[in-house]
Order: sequence, then C-alpha cells, then structure tokens
Amino acid sequence: MARPARVVRTIVLWLVRIFFGVILGFPFLWMLITTFKRSPDLYNLKNNPFIFNEPPTLDNLRLLFNETLFLRWIANTAFAGAVVVVITLVLAVPAAYALARLTGEWGTQLGIGVFLTYLVPPTLLFIPLSKIVAALGLQDSLWSIIVVYPSFTIPFSTWLLMGFFKSIPKDLEDAAMVDGLTRWGAFIKLMVPMSTSGILTVVIFAFTLVTQDFVYALTFISTAAHQTVGVGVATFLVRGDVFYWQSLMAGCLIAAVPIGILYNIFLDRFIEGFTVGAVK
Amino acid sequence: MAIVETRKLTKVFKRGNVGAVNNVDLESREGEFLVLLGPSGSGKTTLLRMIAGLEEPTSGDILIGGRVVNDLTPRERGIAMVFQSYALYPHLTAFKNIVFPLKAQGIAKAERQKRADWAASLLGIKHLFQRKPRELSGGERQRVALARAIVREPSLFLLDEPLSNLDAKLRASAREELEQFQKRIGTTAIYVTHDQVEAMAMGDRVVVMSQGSVRQIGTPAVVYDEPADTFVATFLGSPPMNILPANGVIVGFRPEHFLPPGVAERLGEHVSYQFRVTHSEYLGAERILYGTMEGGAFNERKVISRIPATHGAEISDGNVYSFAVANRDLKFFDPKTEKRTAAARPPS
Repeated sequence: MARPARVVRTIVLWLVRIFFGVILGFPFLWMLITTFKRSPDLYNLKNNPFIFNEPPTLDNLRLLFNETLFLRWIANTAFAGAVVVVITLVLAVPAAYALARLTGEWGTQLGIGVFLTYLVPPTLLFIPLSKIVAALGLQDSLWSIIVVYPSFTIPFSTWLLMGFFKSIPKDLEDAAMVDGLTRWGAFIKLMVPMSTSGILTVVIFAFTLVTQDFVYALTFISTAAHQTVGVGVATFLVRGDVFYWQSLMAGCLIAAVPIGILYNIFLDRFIEGFTVGAVK
Repeated sequence: MAIVETRKLTKVFKRGNVGAVNNVDLESREGEFLVLLGPSGSGKTTLLRMIAGLEEPTSGDILIGGRVVNDLTPRERGIAMVFQSYALYPHLTAFKNIVFPLKAQGIAKAERQKRADWAASLLGIKHLFQRKPRELSGGERQRVALARAIVREPSLFLLDEPLSNLDAKLRASAREELEQFQKRIGTTAIYVTHDQVEAMAMGDRVVVMSQGSVRQIGTPAVVYDEPADTFVATFLGSPPMNILPANGVIVGFRPEHFLPPGVAERLGEHVSYQFRVTHSEYLGAERILYGTMEGGAFNERKVISRIPATHGAEISDGNVYSFAVANRDLKFFDPKTEKRTAAARPPS
C-alpha cells in the first residue's frame, strides 16, 4: 500500500517546511512586534517578549518618520539602486555577449579574468576607490556610491550572463541573422528576451548590493540627507549608547519587506538564473 | 543562370591547417534539388554556412543569382535556411516563429498573416499556430521550421540535415514529403546530409565531398554507377563497392554485380572468380555473402556479394563457388591517384 508512505511523506515535508518557515520568518515577526512596543514593555526582562504586555503604540513609527530622514533615505536607496542596476545592465549585458560569442578562445580566459576581479575583497579596493571618488569631487554625494558599486556588480554580472548566453544555442542566432536581423538585432530581439532570468538575477543582485552595503556608504557620505537607508537607520537611530530599538526595527522591516516580496515574485526565475547550464 | 555558384571557395579555420573546404567549384541549376553528401568532417556544412553568409570564406567567391555576395550579410542574401536543430525560437509561438522573418523585413501585419496562412496550409500545421516549440513533436517542429523558411519566398533554400533528428519511420515519410514540397514550390534547394539513402532518393544531383573537396558531382545514378574515384565508390552503396588492387590497377565492382553460378551465365561477357563464402546475412529480400577470393590475381582478398534471397539457395558458408561479374560492371581505378581510369582487361 502506497497510502501510509504518502502520508508520512506529506508529514515530513510539512515539518521541514514549518521548521524553516519559523526560522526564516522569526526575525520579521520579532521586528514587527518590537516596532509597536512601548519602551517599559521592551526593557522589562520579566515580560514575555512575544506578546504585548502593555498596549501597542505608534510612537516609534512617528519617531522614524518625523524625526529622521527615513523616507529620504529610502528614496536615495531606490534611486542609487536603480542607477546602479542600469549602469550594470548597460555594461555587463553586451560585455557578456561579446565574451561568450565573439572573442573565441580568448573569451573564456577573459571571462575568468573578469570573475577573478570580483574575488578581490572590497575592503582592499577601498583606498584606491576613495582616491577616485575624491578626484571626481563626489565626496559626500550619493553619486560617490553610484560610481563605486558598479565596480563590484559588473564583473559578477558579466560572468553570470556569459554562462547564460553560452547556454543559448548558436543556431538560434544564425537563424535570426538568416531570417533578416543584424547581429545587433539578433542580440536585442532574441538573446536578451531569452535571457530574462539571467537579467532579472543581475537586477536583483545589483539592487540588493546597494541596499546592503554599509562601509562605502558610511565613509563616502556624511550628510544625513545623502545617506542610504542601511547607513541612515543605523547611524541616526543609535545615538551614543542609546539604541532606539523599536524605530530601528521598524526601519529595517519597512526596507526589507519590498525586497522580500520582489524576491518571491521572481523566485523561480532567480533560481533558473543561478543554475543555468547545471543540467544538460 | 545559376542560382548559386561557388568559385575556388576555400575555408581555413586555423592558419597552417588543411582547409575545411578546399577550392570548391559548384553550380546549381534553377529549381534544382542539390545534395551535398559526405561523411562528417567533409566540409559540407561549412560550405553551406558560407553560402548562407554565416561563415566567411578564406578565399574564393560565392555568387547568388549572378552577383558576388561575399561581402553581403546573411540577411541581404535573400536565402532561407533550415537548421539541423530547427533553431525555432523557444520563447515564441509557432505562428510568431513563422512570421519572424517577415517582421524582420518590416512587412505589414495583414500581409504577414496571409503569408503565414499560406505556408501553414501547404504544410498542414495551422492548428499548431499557438503552441510553443517545446509543445511540438519532432515532425511538427520540422514543419514549422520549413514554414518559417518559405514565408519569405526566398530565391534559395539551404537545408542542413533537417531529417536527422527524426526517428527512422518518420524520416522516410518526411523525406518524400520534403521532396514533393520542393518540387511544388520550385525553389532551388541545397541539402546537406551524410545519409546516402537520403541523397540518392532526394537529389536531382549529388555532390560527394570528402576532406573539404568535391569528389564528384552528378545525378544519383551517375555517382552510383560511374564513381569518379575509390572514395565515391566505397562511400555510396551499402555494402560498399568491392575494391581489389592487383597488377598495377584497382578493380571495383558492386556486391550486387558479383553473382552466383546459374545467374552468371546470363551476363554475356564476364569474368569468373572462385569465391569462398565465410559467412552470410539473411536480410529478408536479399542475402549478403561475405568471403574471400580463392586463387588468381585477387587471392585472399575480401569480397562481398549481395544477391536476391530468391537466388543461390544452395550456397552455404565455408564452401567455394564460381561467382562472376559482367565486364560492363567492372570499374577501374588508378592505384596512385585512386581516380577512375579507362576500362582495361580484368585480371583473372
């Protein structure tokens, strides 16, 4: 009888799902509860931390939105993220195509070389990059990180997309060229639409790098109005040894949820982006 | 006027190496079905890709409709090509695949629909319009690829082993269909294959290639019956022609011309050989006899005979029989150049 086996299988599957669901969902739940807690409730060690021992409050959100530049930081991050994504795509997509198709044996070697530059720790690049930022006169401007981040996103994205383009049979391009497209036309109308997964992966990768990075944003930008959300929340809600925990949690939650939703919408394509060529 | 012509066409992939295609002179006729036949690595696909403009010739000229097209891109050559993999665009439906070349040319939507309908009705694939390539069977994909090739009404069709991905049964029917189809639309076609049966069945003329060179061009009957050299003689025919060197000449004859006692007497002028049968294969309609020559100029040489199953019932393995070949069926080749020479007296 296959029935009991199937029941066991379903139970095990759900146990695994629940286990990981709880572990991965917990930080978000914690952030959500903390956001609405009053300070005496939060700091009393005798209280059950998972429930509201005192009535919830919106004061922490008021602090976040009214007394910090939170919305400005979000806007800054979104803007910098978008520009970095555009720069990355404009440079990495054609570069990857050229390396995958047009350079013959040299392409692969060069591709590996490009990838190796990604392995250089960003902290090592810090001094030369800060000199470049200074030389360009971009200190304390959002543009400083917009100039710096593509130097991390482009090598990795180029390498990732190379694999993608290589997995598309050459015959398709040949067919498109015989069918009346130029090489450029075949690239734009055929290769790019067929690599949507890879391109989406690059978009998410570049965007999350901008929201995650701390060191560069912290050191290159000092004015509050020019900060990104990751740095702004951390520097302006931690004053000396005073932590505004509830507002910090609120800031993190609000910044994380949209990215989380985006990830989930494109999850399948994202996985495809990283596993292309793994089988076959 | 020749639709396609190549003049001393050569392609060398790596400098210093032997060319993949060497000095090929070819001329197709209007409406002809020309087959490029050769083993893998013979340069037939490279030759086709050069005609398509997907590969740049190292030297020589390609002419389409009397015009040198060396410097034209594939899109400017007015050709259509069907690839071995069919190269259907996986993200587009069958319909969008078919109208893709029309769209690339900027043809209006109504006209695109009209031509797609015309091509689809010719091939009977209208019901597949909304499917994606991965939802099509091998035979259906092949038809969609053909439809995509004909919608632009090209002056020339290039086909690169379009049947090799089909299973054996489908291949036979697709072969006939493709041949009928080409006759009906009357467009010159160049067809690459390594399958001699396909080449013989479909080709108006067959171009036999080996190691980048053309060995012979002729109708299927000519390349089979009058091979220009030993390569053509052995590449065509299954089992291949018996090739027997002796006394400064190479003698060749087809297995089906090496006939048993009782038949040999009716051949007219002929030569007889003692044939020791080592083993035989019964294939239903015919029998293939493998063995060696006994005595004479060809002593110990391996030979094959192919006889209708209705003949030679008495022949059994291990025995020696007096087989014969008619003089007119003997071919002679020069042992140095391996090229065909004039008929001579057969060594006996």
